[in-house]
Amino acid sequence: MAKTNEELKIISTQVRRDILRMVCMAKSGHPGGSMSSADFLTALYFNQMKHTPKDWTRDGKGQDVFIISAGHLTPVYYSLLARTGYFPVEELASFRQMGTRLQGHPSVRKGLPGIFQASGSLGQGLSAATGVALGKKLDKEDNFVFCLCGDGESEEGQIWEAGMFAVYHHLDNLIAMTDWNGQQIDGPVDSVSGIGDLAEKWEAFGWKVITADGHDFESIAKAFELAKANKGSGIPVMILFRSEMGHGVDFMAGTHKWHGSVPKPEQLEDALKQLGETPLGDF
Amino acid sequence: MKKYTDTGKKDTRSGFGAGLLEAGKANPRVVALTADLKGSLKMDAFAAEFPERFIQCGIAEANMVGAAAGLAITGKIPFVGSFAEFVTGRVYDQIRQEVCYGCTNVKIASSHAGITLGEDGATHQTMEDIALMRALPGMVVLNPCDYNQTVQATKAAAEYDGPVYLRFGRPSVPNFTNAEEPFVIGKAIIMNEGADVTIFATGHTVWEALLAAEALEAEGIQAEVVDIATIKPLDDKAVIASAKKTGAVVVAEEHNLAGGLGEAISGVLAGGCPTPVEFVNGQDRFGQSGTPSALMAAYGIDAPHIAEATKKAIARK
Repeated sequence: MAKTNEELKIISTQVRRDILRMVCMAKSGHPGGSMSSADFLTALYFNQMKHTPKDWTRDGKGQDVFIISAGHLTPVYYSLLARTGYFPVEELASFRQMGTRLQGHPSVRKGLPGIFQASGSLGQGLSAATGVALGKKLDKEDNFVFCLCGDGESEEGQIWEAGMFAVYHHLDNLIAMTDWNGQQIDGPVDSVSGIGDLAEKWEAFGWKVITADGHDFESIAKAFELAKANKGSGIPVMILFRSEMGHGVDFMAGTHKWHGSVPKPEQLEDALKQLGETPLGDF
Repeated sequence: MKKYTDTGKKDTRSGFGAGLLEAGKANPRVVALTADLKGSLKMDAFAAEFPERFIQCGIAEANMVGAAAGLAITGKIPFVGSFAEFVTGRVYDQIRQEVCYGCTNVKIASSHAGITLGEDGATHQTMEDIALMRALPGMVVLNPCDYNQTVQATKAAAEYDGPVYLRFGRPSVPNFTNAEEPFVIGKAIIMNEGADVTIFATGHTVWEALLAAEALEAEGIQAEVVDIATIKPLDDKAVIASAKKTGAVVVAEEHNLAGGLGEAISGVLAGGCPTPVEFVNGQDRFGQSGTPSALMAAYGIDAPHIAEATKKAIARK
């Protein structure tokens, strides 16, 4: 049953609470990009992906597949996997602890359901996603493969190798997304590298490009609808989600400083107050 | 001493091409990827037979390894092929993350390995690949010695569930092993028994070791020749048993010392049977342009150098 935009808003608020509580408990992790991608990933997991979390297997047969190329965004990823029923929500408390299934970056070695591939060394997940998409084509499967890249991550040359490969092999079952928040560890993306206009670049590589507001559920839904309608065209889709790092908490919003930093206890209290409690409840 | 006959020179990469075709016929899940080196990797027959299962990646090795991992997630058995340097050093992180840490059933098909790549020179000759691949947790490292063994090793790699590094070469070399002998991963193969010294060899150096053993026999030295076709997991028991028997060891490989078979065997012997070991390898050098045989001689990785090393090892008993 599809969630309404109001329901999605409540879920993504809870996901943001999870993100902040997880990184604060672990005293490490990446809240900034997790919060910029929280809204469109909530829409993806709750409304867009065809998946049955309880029957999950790594081969993804008969399921839509999601690969997180920006592997440091585990806080948002794990929260969504738990909130959609891949594993108990309480397990989020083990994030980054010794022996956890919730490794700092996604691991397929700990038996955590929902993880299709290890990631974290940037620039590689999109290649894996192209491989899954090609595998599904060879198997005449109808499902989609989704992949999340970062804008900073797109400085990696391998992203563009995958870009050429996906077009050459007509992977119109691949829907890639970029969390275009304009920030990376060392500062604003524009001040760190000459990545330029991602829309023009992906178009030049032969992809169908859709730009959307990554914090507006109406815009997000429209983008996914257009992306799915592209199937049959023979070319892959890139959705560029304009977003804000640290979105949802005033002192974290719009700055690279929260890429990999953790709020102090009093900052966490302030942040949770700003977000407000939800009926879903904390883990 | 058992005599081996060269049934006609062949390149081991053609053994890979033939093995890949057989593996593809045996299992529809086998797919092959290359980065613009279909001909060099001898994938033409596979590509002609299974056009849908042959995946051209262009000159983009990093993406090729990642795409292979993705295909493996869906249940395919991908072989990714390029020159040894470009499917190891160039993509070490991709193999580490996507294949080994990522537990994907990907086979790295590594052609033109070592110095016998020849005239293209050092940029294309890797003498470090075994070290890189051995270092990866869970990686199986195979280095068959001739055409026949490479056919069988390729089929064994396809049947094995997990990451495999399969190393082979460019030049035509003697073909002397039994074409029907199945390849057993993890098993050392005793080619010749001998009491005085053991020569552990791998890849192209196995034939050189047999030549050396023949020359030594004429001088009254009985050399045991062991083909280490599986470098990892190493057949520790066979290594220790042979070293105990002969008390002197030579390790010959078309690779540098650091991280190679010589160090692997030394490690096993240090723990299980301390024995004098002499090394025949490229030492700590880059290659250069030249014919394969001239390079092997110049870098000291041929039969005369192996024979000389056995005498040094025996003298240290």
